[in-house]
Amino acid sequence: MANYNDPFEALFALQRALDARHDSDWMGESTASIGSYPPMNIFQKGDDFVAIVELPGVNKNDLQIEAKENTIRIFGNKAINYEKVASVHRRERLSGVFDRTLSIPVQINPDSIRAECRDGILSLFIPRAESEKPRTIKIT
Amino acid sequence: MANPQEVQVQEKRELEKKKEGTVPGRVFVAVADIFETDQALTVVLEMPGVSKDSVDVRVENDMLSVEGRVDFSNYVGLQPVYTEYNIGNYARSFQLSSKIEQGSIRAELKDGVMTLVLPKSEKAKPRKITVT
Repeated sequence: MANYNDPFEALFALQRALDARHDSDWMGESTASIGSYPPMNIFQKGDDFVAIVELPGVNKNDLQIEAKENTIRIFGNKAINYEKVASVHRRERLSGVFDRTLSIPVQINPDSIRAECRDGILSLFIPRAESEKPRTIKIT
Repeated sequence: MANPQEVQVQEKRELEKKKEGTVPGRVFVAVADIFETDQALTVVLEMPGVSKDSVDVRVENDMLSVEGRVDFSNYVGLQPVYTEYNIGNYARSFQLSSKIEQGSIRAELKDGVMTLVLPKSEKAKPRKITVT
């Protein structure tokens, strides 16, 4: 387990953990798009999942999320509007529409997904379906 | 199909350090747009996950440096299962070509995008040249 007492060591440990799971086969044979915009990381938190999506410059009013069974669709528009531009020195930011569907390879509870959008990061809290949770079996 | 333009994924670029940092970890280059008007130079940087109180903006010797730190305490207790991008702090510096009124730089951070307006100093503003 990473040592979260030292903030620098914690960040380094997190970066290594993210690298290790890069393009993992957790999504399985799912046909849902992998590698399309927006990029996302999926974490497990206890029994549940958390998807963290980078959407810099996307206002929550320009973002829509739909959930059905074990699929989640994230779509919207990333707009870049500059008032008046005399001359452009650099243009690196990309804009346009996006539409991504994600299939979670386990049964989830689509009615209790919670979404938070802050500082250009969308966090989706995805609870696992009750039927999926392990049950303790009493020995009689 | 006449679809509107779709956004493409932009792979994060790691900062190539001139000096080695004293702490481990990666730093990423913030994606930027820069444009100029008669009055000012505007720099727009994408730094998702950086909040208002964790950015540093400095202008020194005509060099603009921006640093943004991400709050990774949100990640405590999370076990990655599938990842597409890495997280880290952001940094970027630019050599400024025109003189800037350092005292009146304005910065705004919204939805992970920082807009810096650097007003040009009087002598750097363009003069209209009449052909005689």
